[in-house]
Amino acid sequence: MFDEKVLEKIKAGKEKWDQGPVAKTLAKAPEQKPVFTTISGTPVERIYTPLDIAGLDYERDLGFPGQFPYTRGVQPTMYRGRYWTMRQYAGFGSAKDTNARYRYLLQQGQTGLSVAFQLPTQAGYDSDHPLSMGEVGKVGVAVDSIEDMKVLFDGIPLDKVTTSMTINAPATVLLGMYLALAEEQGVPWDKVGGTVQNDVLKEIICRGQYIYPPKPTMRLTVDLIEFCQKHVPRWNTISISGYHIRESGSTAAQEMAFTIADGIAYTQACVERGMDVDSFAPRLSFFFNAFTNVLEEVAKFRAGRRYWAKVMRDRFKAKDPRSMMLRYHVQTGGVTLTAQQPLNNIVRVALQTYATALGGAQSLHTNSYDEALCLPTQEAVTVALRTQQIVAEESGATDTIDPLAGCYYVEKMTDQIEQDIDDYIKKIDAMGGTLAAIEQGFIQKEIQNSAYRFQKEIESGERIYVGINKYTMEEPPPTNLLKVDMSVGDVEAAKLKKLRAERDQAKWKAALDNLRKVSQTDENVMPAVIEAVKAKATVGEICDVWRDIYGQYRPKEFV
Amino acid sequence: MKRDYAKEILAGSPQAVARLISWLEDEDERAYSIMEELYPHTGRAYVIGITGSPGAGKSTLTDKLIRIMRKGGLTVGVVAVDPSSPFTGGALLGDRIRMSDHSTDPEVYIRSMATRGFLGGMAKATCDVVKVLDAFGKDIIIIETVGVGQDEVDIVGLADTTCVVLVPGLGDVIQSMKAGVMEIADVYVVNKADRDGADQLNMEVNARIEQDIHIKMSGWVPPVNKTIAVDNVGMQDLWESILKHRAFLEESGRLVEKRRKQTYQETLRMIHNELFRLIRDQLSEDGRLDRLVEEILERKRDPYSTMREILSEWLDSTPKYKEAL
Amino acid sequence: MAKKIKIIVAKPGLDGHDRGAKLLARIFAEEGMEVVYTGLRQTPEMIVAAAEQEDADVVGLSSLSGVHNYFFPRVVELLKDKGLNDVLVVGGGIIPVEDYDFLQKSGVKAIFGPGTPTMEIVNFIKSNARAR
Ligand code: B12
Ligand SMILES: Nc1nc2c(ncn2[C@@H]2O[C@H](COP(=O)(O)OP(=O)(O)OP(=O)(O)O)[C@@H](O)[C@H]2O)c(=O)[nH]1
Ligand SMILES: [Mg+2]
Repeated sequence: MFDEKVLEKIKAGKEKWDQGPVAKTLAKAPEQKPVFTTISGTPVERIYTPLDIAGLDYERDLGFPGQFPYTRGVQPTMYRGRYWTMRQYAGFGSAKDTNARYRYLLQQGQTGLSVAFQLPTQAGYDSDHPLSMGEVGKVGVAVDSIEDMKVLFDGIPLDKVTTSMTINAPATVLLGMYLALAEEQGVPWDKVGGTVQNDVLKEIICRGQYIYPPKPTMRLTVDLIEFCQKHVPRWNTISISGYHIRESGSTAAQEMAFTIADGIAYTQACVERGMDVDSFAPRLSFFFNAFTNVLEEVAKFRAGRRYWAKVMRDRFKAKDPRSMMLRYHVQTGGVTLTAQQPLNNIVRVALQTYATALGGAQSLHTNSYDEALCLPTQEAVTVALRTQQIVAEESGATDTIDPLAGCYYVEKMTDQIEQDIDDYIKKIDAMGGTLAAIEQGFIQKEIQNSAYRFQKEIESGERIYVGINKYTMEEPPPTNLLKVDMSVGDVEAAKLKKLRAERDQAKWKAALDNLRKVSQTDENVMPAVIEAVKAKATVGEICDVWRDIYGQYRPKEFV
Repeated sequence: MKRDYAKEILAGSPQAVARLISWLEDEDERAYSIMEELYPHTGRAYVIGITGSPGAGKSTLTDKLIRIMRKGGLTVGVVAVDPSSPFTGGALLGDRIRMSDHSTDPEVYIRSMATRGFLGGMAKATCDVVKVLDAFGKDIIIIETVGVGQDEVDIVGLADTTCVVLVPGLGDVIQSMKAGVMEIADVYVVNKADRDGADQLNMEVNARIEQDIHIKMSGWVPPVNKTIAVDNVGMQDLWESILKHRAFLEESGRLVEKRRKQTYQETLRMIHNELFRLIRDQLSEDGRLDRLVEEILERKRDPYSTMREILSEWLDSTPKYKEAL
Repeated sequence: MAKKIKIIVAKPGLDGHDRGAKLLARIFAEEGMEVVYTGLRQTPEMIVAAAEQEDADVVGLSSLSGVHNYFFPRVVELLKDKGLNDVLVVGGGIIPVEDYDFLQKSGVKAIFGPGTPTMEIVNFIKSNARAR
């Protein structure tokens, strides 16, 4: 991008500056530490100059928003056209409790919904299962049957709002309920928009809500993708997630690399199913984290967009530009937030929101300042939502697209992260692909090593963490925490009992029998799932059919 | 009141078993008299060794084998060995996780052990622990070794049937075939048969076995079983191979022979260990060993005569040591 | 042979948050302990069976999903039922300070919240684990 002569001059100038003013200042006063690193451990130089990005080719490496390689964004007008979707992840107690929270959030200017299911639902157990004891409604909403789904979206028209559902191994079941509900509301499936997470690989890597062994669970994932591609064209069929990888301890580059590795595995699986890449790839979506180091995060997003575009074009031979676009949701970094001096978290989240805006995300959840204490209270979630609104409306970050392009540091780091991603993808390929790398624990161990390194840095004081290892103070125990009543368990159990007694037994049994039959063939399970949820089969009953056929999975733990 | 551990163990107390095993691991004196009492009750269990490179699927196979054995009404003891860190002395014992499904089955007793510096793929006390579980009444005892390299093959000395687990695509197969690992197999398991290269590996192993038949002349041709342990595929066949090997050993009289050999080795080893321990402890107690080492280092003395000197001292003072026994 | 502290690090319930538990498992091992990490989705029965068979000196419970008041006392109770009275039970995770008292009364010796230096936990265990 720069003239050779100009570079020569800069090089000479930099040498002079290094040996002159810098050396002189250092002699008088050393810098605060011998090496500066990002939170990911990447060394950071004193300054960056055109020398660091001498190889950058604007057309090839950056291009224009909405054009290959999408480094600058996936859409030509970005936030000048429309802000990112403001989508707070929420769910607790019964469907009714959560419905009230949704209505409140929509009233406050939230523009999309995001369902946090209770752990029993995520693990494919009903609320009255022995393993659900004590867990019902605790950290997500209890949804056992289509009846709960109806209450959850009561008064919310499914053609007016898009809904993201964090559901993985049982994704087909919850999507089935959502689609059946849309039908009941009279909304045709091609008007229904939203996302299911459906990313089972990262459950095995780092999130823990797996049910079935890798192969059969991937089959369900692909069934869902295939079904939606034919019948629910506006649905994001998967949300390939780096968020949880980062929360588990990875670096920024690892987050992007391992997510892309998962993305490659899903794409490969769909292609092996016989689907044309351009038929499903435009509906693959992603989910990332945003930590407090704004510049590193922006570089990560840009590098990820560029790398994914190349993967789709070169590895999978996609032709449709939409197949090459890395569209993603962001959640701010929960694990960066502290129980100590919780109000400080508002500042961290604001910076993370700013990074998300500068990085060009399509949607965002901001964490609440009480993140390390409990599920967000209404007051805390309101501040979190307002933080997004302030960044969108007041900061100016949304006025121009990819404003950090051309910043020597950010461009250099974008290159560096892209290189790191590529190194990882090559390594994983050499191991026999993502599934093999997971099975050998490679990805898990890389993440845990980073988590360990971070912890050691904090405990040695090498890295400052405000309120944890510096600027600490005595505080009274926090008050005003959100509490979920233990009684939800009984209420849900009673509801289930009634449902089981009152539903049309013959219809219910026929639907489950049919599901069992279909699941043993290569046929897509989705129609049978939808039929079963309409016949009021519960999440647990449906998941049990597959437990029977596919077995349960207990992955190796790599410590 | 002094507890009678042997009695408790024979009466089925898992806690007494657990404590005795800890004492064995710690080389705690309290263990030995209990072991003496238990010994007459051993010799009934059938011992299966599962060995193979790290991550080959040993724990997953064990988990699935337990399931089959339990269906058949057999009770099971598992000893799962993981390495201790040579630097910190600590250990992460991770095999148990994969057997979680059986953790509340009272007829399955799973014990994790760290090697504590012992080489050979097992812990020093593993053979004692097998006896404890045997006396405890377990029908089958499975030993999962550390993920082994090439010469860590102590398992043969302990197991009636040794299963060697191989996986395709590790690239070290031919390598390990040259070394000892292959010779010890009574049953081969080609696990991860869902992976590319499983058939190739199968062929290589079979070819190798054919070669060996002429050398080994044992009358037993190790079968090769393909499994996909995670998906519970091929497990019944594997179990049948193990049973066949057991039948072979029993019918040919080789089981008795094998155990005679094991007992021979073990008796010698126990004498060796105990002698060693007594002398080591005595020498370390007053710092004499350190002083001797220093002197040897400075070439003020040599290790050969030192050894003779110490042994002769020891023989002279045997009555004193006798006390300790 | 020096006696080693044997510790079970367990995740009761459906909670998948294992970053802290795995970190601690590694650090405990580095501190010379023999660590059995049980993995996720453990029932109190499974945890106690493991403690019994492994002759664990310490049971460490990690919970970040708000189910500590349900699970922790059950583990202590089952240990007591089995007569494993001298096993040290400690816990950590996302646990409101107002629950500490209840948990300690029910037999959990200490609770450690987010941001606790891991050495503080290690030291507590080393000075409170039983001899056997
Ligand atoms: C990281 C994280 C995740 C990651 C977990 C990754 C992983 N593999 O662990 C991901 C993104 C997957 C995740 C998912 C969810 N999360 Co989360 N998560 C967090 C977060 C941000 C940090 C936890 C963490 O790892 N901290 C770092 C480690 C090192 O610290 P730690 O675990 O606290 O451990 C320290 C101490 O607690 C203690 N300790 C911990 N365990 C033990 C054990 C022993 C024996 C001892 C002695 C000490 C001890 O010592 C450690 C060292 O200091 C917290 C909020 C927060 N900031 O704390 C929410 C939080 C725990 N998550 C929450 C929720 C609701 C969820 C979900 C259930 C949401 C949903 N409905 O889907 C999911 C589902 C997870 C699942 N499968 O169960 C809630 C729980 C609310 C509650 N308890 O009331 C929290 C509090 C956030 C919030 N305010 O909403 N989460
Ligand atoms: N693809 C595939 N993976 C398997 C199979 N069997 C086990 N695995 C996976 O291989 C990995 C290692 O399995 P383990 O059973 O823990 O192996 P191990 O030999 O006990 O490992 P160490 O005790 O650590 O040496 C895990 O991720 C298993 O899920 C199989 O048949 N096919
Ligand atoms: Mg193992």
